[in-house]
Amino acid sequence: MGKRSKVIEKDEVVVRFSGDSGDGMQLTGTLFSYTSAIFGNDISTFPDYPSEIRAPQGTIGGVSGFQVHFGHSEVYTPGDYADVLVAMNPAALKANSKWMKPGGTIIIDVDSFDEKNLRKAGYKTDDPITEDKLGDFNIIKAPITALTKESLKDMGLDNKSILRSKNMFALGLVYWLFNRPLDNTKEYITKKFKKKPIVVEANLKVLEEGYNYGSIIQALTPSYQISPADIEKGFYRNINGNTATAWGFIAASEKSGLELFLGSYPITPATDIMQELSARKDLGVKVFQAEDEIAGITSTIGASFAGDLAITSTSGPGLALKGEAIGLAVIAELPIVIVDVQRGGPSTGLPTKTEQSDLMQALYGRNGESPVVVVAASTPTNCFDYAFYASKIAVEHMTPVILLTDGFLGNGTQPWKLPDMDEFPKIDVPMVDRNMKDWEPYLRDPEKLSRYWAIPGTPGFAHRIGGLEKDYKTGAVSHDPLNHQKMTDVRQAKVDKIADYIPELELIGEEDADLLIIGWGGTFGHLYTAYEEMTNEGYNVALLHFNYINPLPKNAFDILSKFDKKVVCELNMGQFVGYLRMKFEGMSFTQYNKVQGLPFTVNELKEHFKKLLEE
Amino acid sequence: MSGVCKLKFTDFKSDQGVRWCAGCGDHAILNSVQKAMAELEYCKDDVAVISGIGCSSRFPYYMDTYGFHTLHGRGAAVASGVKLANTDLHVWDITGDGDALAIGGNHFIHLIRRNIDINVILFNNKIYGLTKGQYSPTSKRGFISKTSPYGTIESPFRPGELCIGARGQFFARTVDKELKLSVEVFKESAKHKGTSIVEVLQNCVIFNDKVHAEITDKEYKEDRTIVLRHGEKMIFGKERNKGLMLDGMTLKAVTIGENGITEDDILVHDEKTDDISLHLKLADMEYPNYPVALGVIRNVESKAYDYCMEKQIREIKEKSSIKSLKDLLYSGDVWEVK
Ligand SMILES: Cc1ncc(C[n+]2csc(CCOP(=O)(O)OP(=O)(O)O)c2C)c(N)n1
Ligand code: SF4
Ligand SMILES: [Mg+2]
Repeated sequence: MGKRSKVIEKDEVVVRFSGDSGDGMQLTGTLFSYTSAIFGNDISTFPDYPSEIRAPQGTIGGVSGFQVHFGHSEVYTPGDYADVLVAMNPAALKANSKWMKPGGTIIIDVDSFDEKNLRKAGYKTDDPITEDKLGDFNIIKAPITALTKESLKDMGLDNKSILRSKNMFALGLVYWLFNRPLDNTKEYITKKFKKKPIVVEANLKVLEEGYNYGSIIQALTPSYQISPADIEKGFYRNINGNTATAWGFIAASEKSGLELFLGSYPITPATDIMQELSARKDLGVKVFQAEDEIAGITSTIGASFAGDLAITSTSGPGLALKGEAIGLAVIAELPIVIVDVQRGGPSTGLPTKTEQSDLMQALYGRNGESPVVVVAASTPTNCFDYAFYASKIAVEHMTPVILLTDGFLGNGTQPWKLPDMDEFPKIDVPMVDRNMKDWEPYLRDPEKLSRYWAIPGTPGFAHRIGGLEKDYKTGAVSHDPLNHQKMTDVRQAKVDKIADYIPELELIGEEDADLLIIGWGGTFGHLYTAYEEMTNEGYNVALLHFNYINPLPKNAFDILSKFDKKVVCELNMGQFVGYLRMKFEGMSFTQYNKVQGLPFTVNELKEHFKKLLEE
Repeated sequence: MSGVCKLKFTDFKSDQGVRWCAGCGDHAILNSVQKAMAELEYCKDDVAVISGIGCSSRFPYYMDTYGFHTLHGRGAAVASGVKLANTDLHVWDITGDGDALAIGGNHFIHLIRRNIDINVILFNNKIYGLTKGQYSPTSKRGFISKTSPYGTIESPFRPGELCIGARGQFFARTVDKELKLSVEVFKESAKHKGTSIVEVLQNCVIFNDKVHAEITDKEYKEDRTIVLRHGEKMIFGKERNKGLMLDGMTLKAVTIGENGITEDDILVHDEKTDDISLHLKLADMEYPNYPVALGVIRNVESKAYDYCMEKQIREIKEKSSIKSLKDLLYSGDVWEVK
């Protein structure tokens, strides 16, 4: 390897791979992030793909992207703006050039910038660089298609297969740019296409070709140097939020000794949870692909009645269909977990885009007084923890729990230090036992106020439950007015009590901060990065992030009342802030909201916070 | 494993007072089910009776077994979850014509298609009883009710046709007050591995009295119904001189001794044939052109979903090197930071 013309040392870098949905950008991005993680960087990634599987080729609607943020220190978001953009066609350039950092590097496949593709992307002239005012960027015009074809011309591959290898050229070039080894990727390709040696050979060849192309043009191009992060020792893997969620349930199944059942119906962006669990027959997971979301949850309720750790997974529209059945789980006091991987709404809305769309639906989207526990994960990897704890609460307190994640968490990946399962608590299953005196179906644990689980097949405990109101004592059907009040109160009290069993909030920053930033769920990475950067810039701000929404942690009021200036940031029109205002009447909050199907950017958050501090 | 118990049918009665109207057909069905369960030597604790919402769906409260009165239309889906959570249970699903065929239609057909080992009893009174008298998906065209004061303008479902159309492998029909036949049919349905549907012609004295009377009344029933039994000739009538035969592709009700027809021309019932064509014709027979078929019409051996699920899990567990979450965590692309 020759000496490099100019090496830019950086703490962190954002790379965005983008191209047509058929260009293999998701794989390219995944391989690159994997290599960076093994190299020792901290990373965060986010795939961004069109909702139509076969969106028209060459159009902006068909652009598929994969963003990787990696750094020498910890990174919490996939990054707002890219340092390096790979654009495999004009549409990819058009869609992404506005998301570039000033002075960044743009790699384009010049061969695809023909008249037809330029027009499809909406460029009026034949010079997109001038047209989009990209003159200040470092543009690498690489003849990726031509060089890929040239490199593979003697291998006897058909044209389609040759073109499919283009992404490896781009990947090789980016590896050169960051001075990264090719070994992991080579190993991956060799394994993945084991049965097609010719494809392995072609991909490896093109990968090297891309890397070498970098060396050839090095005089013109700066490269980047990002040292490994100082990362805690241990074993790691990359994981996205949906897989982490699925595995969290498996963990809960092991820790409770209960068999795991998932009743579900496919829906973006939640389907991956179901697919992952379907593959886990080796661990005995039972997955029931129901005919709709209603059957998804009602089969789940049935499985819970019969003693399984029972889960249903969905996204917003599916949660709407499950509403009536969640009420049944509330009144029957059966443990189930409902995962809602939130997406843009209302209706079908923006299926592949993220939004904190369903907080109100989760809290209140049912008939009658029907309190449920609502928990929200805040990073792709802690989806594992919250899936585990949602299950623990559901089982130990005999209640439905709604776990909110979102498309950003579900599809986003992070390196994950593999948990030591010995550090996770046991889940105590409140099964009836033979020695129980005066048992009735609605006999309650005096502390938790939850009833006991008597599953069919247990001798001596045959009983009937259902959706009709129950007598407080016997559990028989009752229409008595005062009894209904009493049962309503106890169901609420049971959920409120859970506050005694969840961790208190931890304030990030100082109690005397001039501004309290408040968030919940999937926005943590962006809020934290904004907090951290502002703190480094000398501002006195603090961050309070919620994972437990109903009930709220016990110290919520105490912490909130310490701050005058508070801003609740959400990817919706103000659902959490409305909830806080209702819970803490008289307390004042400002709000910062965005509903664009996109995560916050750290920049826009900081700008807003600085404005607030000036007020 | 579910146990064997020698109980009296009264042991299956719960302490709850039965709240159906006096004279409602549901009382008789309850008795038949309890008798059948006793004769099947069920243990009470191994039984889960699941229902939707409707008069009929009150049923679980009256059984001294495990029971779950769920949501309108969703009993079949809840029952599916119960059975898959514990395949040793005897799972019975109680449903009405509105519950199963209107709001729960989707779950009904998919339960049947999947063939989960659940015994469904469909109480067909051709009316919405609990909501006090609206027409249902089985009410005949032109039926006058509170929501069809000028007569319905839609065709009814025939539950048997729907069941067989959804790839059902067990379908039987009985009449609420025919206790002996009902017990026999329920026992057959319980023995069938897979989803079994038993349609019970049930009388709602309050909102649809005598809806089945023209075929089920004592004086007519022998001439207007036929009780099918596997391997027996399809003969019916007070005089036992009527029968069913095929004329080309068409099923015909004929009189033996007339037009040169002898007993040899009469069909023999084969509930076990996979071929649905004759079963469909039999299930669809309506008075006055035909006698209405009672008894087990279709009873074909087939693989139950729950059995296949357990088998698949067992086989994959055996083959896989992943035996615990820990194995899973450390499988695939894992690296060590030292
Ligand atoms: C979601 C919902 N919609 C409507 C109802 C009202 N409802 C209760 S039972 C019923 C119809 C019952 O008819 P059927 O299933 O034939 O049972 P039957 O009472 O005749 O035994 C209706 C419409 C309900 N309980 N829930
Ligand atoms: S209304 Fe009809 S179906 Fe309901 S209990 Fe009374 S008689 Fe039976
Ligand atoms: Mg009815």
